[in-house]
Formats: sequence, C-alpha cells, structure tokens
Amino acid sequence: MYFDSLSDFFNMGGHALYVWTSFGISLLLMAANILLPWWNLKRTRAQLQRQLRREAALNTSATTAE
Amino acid sequence: MWNWLKTLYHRLGSPKWFYQITGSWLPWFAGATLLFMSVGLVWGLAYAPMDYQQGNSFRIIYIHVPAAFLAQSVYMMMAVAGVVLLVWKMKMADVVAQALAPVGAAMTFIALVTGAIWGVPTWGTWWMWDARLTSMLILFFLYLGVIALREALKPQEVAARACALLAIVGVINIPIIKYSVDWWYTLHQPATFKLTEKPAMPASMWLPLLMMVLGFYALLGWSVLLRARAEILRREFKAGWVREILQRK
Repeated sequence: MYFDSLSDFFNMGGHALYVWTSFGISLLLMAANILLPWWNLKRTRAQLQRQLRREAALNTSATTAE
Repeated sequence: MWNWLKTLYHRLGSPKWFYQITGSWLPWFAGATLLFMSVGLVWGLAYAPMDYQQGNSFRIIYIHVPAAFLAQSVYMMMAVAGVVLLVWKMKMADVVAQALAPVGAAMTFIALVTGAIWGVPTWGTWWMWDARLTSMLILFFLYLGVIALREALKPQEVAARACALLAIVGVINIPIIKYSVDWWYTLHQPATFKLTEKPAMPASMWLPLLMMVLGFYALLGWSVLLRARAEILRREFKAGWVREILQRK
C-alpha cells in the first residue's frame, strides 16, 4: 500500500473530503445505472406477464359465454 | 471478418436475436464490471503513488477521466445509432440509442461533478466558464434534451427520428470538447493521454486508470443491455416469441 496506515489512507493527506465525495457520488450513480434498469426489467416482465394472463382469462370467459 | 460483422449487424437488428443472445452476455459484462472496477479502485486509491504537486486529490483522475471519456464516446455511439435508424431504418438502433442516453447523461454528470470537486484544491475554484467545462455542460444538456424529447413526442417512431436527428446534430459538440483545451486554453489542462504517444506518467499511475476505463466500458454494456432488454419486451409484446418467453417464467 502507498499509505503508512489505514487512517492515513482515509485521511488522503488532507484531501479526504474531495477524494471520498468524488468517489462516493460516482459509485452511487453507477450503481443506480445498474440497479434501476435491473428492477425495471423485472417489473416490466412481471407486468407483461400479468397482462398476458388477463388476456388469456378474457379469452376463455368470452368463449365460455357463447 | 467483414462478413462476420455483416452477419452480426443483421442479427443484432432482430429484436428476438438481440434479446436471446444478450441474455448470455449479461453475466460476462457484470463480472467484467466488478472485476475491473474493484481492481482499478483499490489500485488507484490505495497503491498508486500520489502526484507530487496535487497530492492525493489527484486520485480523482481514476473516475474523472474514464467518466469524461465515456460521456463523449457514448454520445458518438448514440449518433451512430441515429444514423443507422435514419438511413437503414433499423428499429433496434433506436432501442440501443434510448438505452444509451441515461448512462451517457450520468457519465457526463460524474465528469462535471468530480471535475468541480477536484477543481477546489487544484485550481482554487469549482467552476469557471472555461471552454472545456462549458462544452461538457452543453453535452450534459444535449443528453437531457434527447431524453426529454423522447418523453415529449408521440408516436414512438416520430420520437425515435427526432432523437436520432438531435443526437446527430449534437455531434458537432464532440470535436469542440476535444480541441477546446488547445484552442482556448484558460483553465483545464490539455489531454494527458494521446494514442500516438507514450503516457506522461509512470505505469503505476496509468495502469489503474486503464483498469477503470475497462470497468466503465463493461458497466456501460451491462447497463445498456438491461435497459434495452426491458424496452424490447415492451415494444415486441405482441410478438409470439415474447409471449413464449413470458409464459415460460
């Protein structure tokens, strides 16, 4: 490691605020760009599956009514 | 090689093929993202030597440069997808363009914010209307414009063409970003890396940066595929193969 100790590492030679906020914000945004589309994909799948089942139910009820 | 590329192009143009093949690509993109990012982060933050002038705030380079790099290349990809849509009417190009816009906007935002934070200890200011900073801000607004345009216009085909056109016209900003540091040199330093020259920093500094760039590209691929796959399911809901997939799970 380049730093002498772990506290030295977190302190970043007095630049802790700049370094850690930069990395924090960036990692948060990058994680959001994976997690949000991932949840969206799951939600889309579930939603379309429900729609498909509704359509199927509608079709069977229409045929039994005749 | 050429024929292989041509086949790939035609296959990727089919939503069904795209959806099926990218399903097997996802774990690779995910793995590459986590691998390169963790190696790059640990190496860049803890092991790379600090800059003797800037001290440890120099480490911001490990996200600032890859983000700024991707911000521009994602925009160019979006414009290329726009050309493919307008010239060859390939619908999948629009799906990809739509998936590219949010990641591109996020990358531009990251580049702007980390640049501002880095500016405080290094330049003594977080913002100045320097040509590089201004042209990057314009890039951010171009991304927001493309995203808003898609929301605003109906039907989908009209929105797709309008977004493609805006993306293509906005490409004019890319060479301005690139050469801004040479044409109007006020605050931002010129490029640190050139393809034709050896890097002006030791390998212990640029190798972690290379890892981060690879990690960012993998993350881009992962994110774009996730968004594109959801969009394919929505757009192709009426198609038989989508219904089959939905019924299977």
